[in-house]
Amino acid sequence: MSGGARVIALHGGLIALLFVLQFVLPAYHHGNLARIMVLASYAVGYNILFGYTGLLSLGHALFFAAGMYGMGLGIQHLGLTPAPALVLGLVAGAVVSGGLALLALRTTGVAFMIVTLMFAQAGYLTILYFGEYTRGDEGFVIQQAQRVLWGIDLSDPGNRYFAALILFGSCLMLSLWLVRAPFGKVLVAIRENEERVRMLGYDIFAHKLLAMIISGTIAAAAGASYGLLFGYAGASFASVQYSIFPLLWVLLGGAGTVLGPFIGTLFMFYLIDLSSGVTTAYMLIAGVALVLLTLFAPQGLMGELRRRVWRGLP
Amino acid sequence: MSTPKNRPETKPAGTTRRGAMKTLAAGLGAASLPMWARYTNAQTAEPIKIGFQVHRTGIGAAYGRWYGRTTEAAARLINEGGGINGRMVEIVAEDDGTDPKRGAEVVEKFASQHGCDLAFGTLFSHVVIGSAPRAGELKMPYFVVSEGHHVASGMLNRYTLQPGITDVKSQVQAMAPFVAQNLGKKVTMVFPDFAFGHDHRDFFTQAIEAQGGEVLAHIAIPPSETSFTKYFPKIPRETEVLYHVMVGPAVLTFVKELGEFFGPSRPEMFGFIDSLEAVAIDSPGLEYLEGTYFWEGNPRHAQADQSEHDKFFRAAVGVNDQGASISDPSDVSTYAHMFGCWETLHVIKAGMEASGYSGTQDRAALIEAVEAMTDMPESRAHPQGAKLFNGKTHQVFGHQYISKVTGGKLLCVHKTSIEDTLYPDETDYTTQPF
Repeated sequence: MSGGARVIALHGGLIALLFVLQFVLPAYHHGNLARIMVLASYAVGYNILFGYTGLLSLGHALFFAAGMYGMGLGIQHLGLTPAPALVLGLVAGAVVSGGLALLALRTTGVAFMIVTLMFAQAGYLTILYFGEYTRGDEGFVIQQAQRVLWGIDLSDPGNRYFAALILFGSCLMLSLWLVRAPFGKVLVAIRENEERVRMLGYDIFAHKLLAMIISGTIAAAAGASYGLLFGYAGASFASVQYSIFPLLWVLLGGAGTVLGPFIGTLFMFYLIDLSSGVTTAYMLIAGVALVLLTLFAPQGLMGELRRRVWRGLP
Repeated sequence: MSTPKNRPETKPAGTTRRGAMKTLAAGLGAASLPMWARYTNAQTAEPIKIGFQVHRTGIGAAYGRWYGRTTEAAARLINEGGGINGRMVEIVAEDDGTDPKRGAEVVEKFASQHGCDLAFGTLFSHVVIGSAPRAGELKMPYFVVSEGHHVASGMLNRYTLQPGITDVKSQVQAMAPFVAQNLGKKVTMVFPDFAFGHDHRDFFTQAIEAQGGEVLAHIAIPPSETSFTKYFPKIPRETEVLYHVMVGPAVLTFVKELGEFFGPSRPEMFGFIDSLEAVAIDSPGLEYLEGTYFWEGNPRHAQADQSEHDKFFRAAVGVNDQGASISDPSDVSTYAHMFGCWETLHVIKAGMEASGYSGTQDRAALIEAVEAMTDMPESRAHPQGAKLFNGKTHQVFGHQYISKVTGGKLLCVHKTSIEDTLYPDETDYTTQPF
């Protein structure tokens, strides 16, 4: 099998596996996997900027929340149906990430991290400030009747799973296509040696800008879908914690691998779910796991696979 | 005299291969028994599983600890009395991290993995609002102990009920007559700039105006603030009452800086004890609160006219007359709220008994039975006081207490009537199908 065919088989195989799993998984894990797929989509978006472009953002919760609130406020205050509300969420994500990119990309390294973190915090406080519309930290419910997309009730477990699968599959394939396309290769080159890419004549700023918009819009798609599928939008999703999560998921799964974000999200979700049954210090367990992985598999789970088994893994 | 010490030591018999095989065979045999064989009569012997969504970590951890102790005490009492419909109650606790996302996951875990009959116990509003849609979709009764107005506002669904604690709208509204008549009619409000503070701002402003008073200024404090000095000059000079609802660790700084700003010539002060739950009122730095007034959901310090039910409740949960743990007097309880868990579990018991609840197929009947409830007299099941349940809005109404800090003690000076806390219905959940 050629390299390309193997790549398609692996990633297509995962989507096929996820499709089949919905028929065999018990209810609890079925629901979990739907949630994991939405969150993994968020991580896929994050990975484009962090894993492939080498820009460590600490403000992605802003984009996730932009999607969630763009969608949620559209339904709540403009009376939109889910389809246009989702589009509004995506547009909100694209606009916010584009706007932030124009400002933050003037900086690099630690300054970039701080600028993105500060803007995300400002976004969080903005949601609280406009509590009259957003219901602030309490958030608001998106009622079951408001979550019917083209006659499909998204609160139904089967429909929810399928919607999450479509979202995740689309994000995964987009990410795969992107990193194999010339544009993605330039992003990787920027990550590896920005000055050399500049010398070769590429417009670094334009590439980073586009990467950030794509990354932010995917995060927004995940945020909007999360609100729609689980019926709630709240400011906690804009808090700094939700900027750190995708970073952890991507690090665990393997930054700069297409499957890493999913593996990392899955791993972390069940690590917390299982360890919280044993101790209240479950975040400590997550922390220890992360330290161990950093020590023994610094490239993350999929990164380690690439190092040891399959060097061509995208 | 034969004491354990001078008894001849008996050596455990050495493990033989035959013995091990026998044990193994017996173990395998027991394990292969079908599930039903573990219960001679499934309907009566299987416990009723109550999923307890608890804030063990995160910002609600202090509340969660006491909600946990109260819940365990109530479950113990119910089980000692024979359980519910002859079945024992089993509390299945899961930490939600005081986070709405994890909260929703925990509700799913109760329903799909633990096989709980219902979920119960959530306090923080954002966790309730984040979890309630999932409870509704999973058709699992969700009894919250949150004091948020979200239930009665109609935002949630038929599966979500709040029968054990009153909501913030009724609490705030009931304070206005006392404040206007005893403390003053010109009020300045200081509140945190998020939903909890906004509820106070909106409901109290409306209520004090109905009493002929007015709010001179609304001072919203951003949640990340650590020093408050710059906000105090905004308090109008003619303010008669300062209404404050600061929450979180900044409250100590708030009180200290307030003292430095006003000195001895302060206006009357009225606050919500939410700020000082799990904090001793005589803590260093809180001296300035002497002579000020607080809303209390349930008087933390045992009063001179303490009811026998309150005495019983304190003893059962392990709380002394100062509202702190009997075993560790520095561990102050969240007394103004935690009775809600106790009372809610007793409402669940009453609802299950009234509906003849025998399993998850009777969940709708349980909700209908609770919806049919109205008067809940003061009793061991309701130690905080009598209650009136509104089946349409799924919200309970009850007495509120106002205490004055006197010599480092919270002395109750007023108990509102239930009527003071009522407001027109904003929803009717009974029209929603199950």
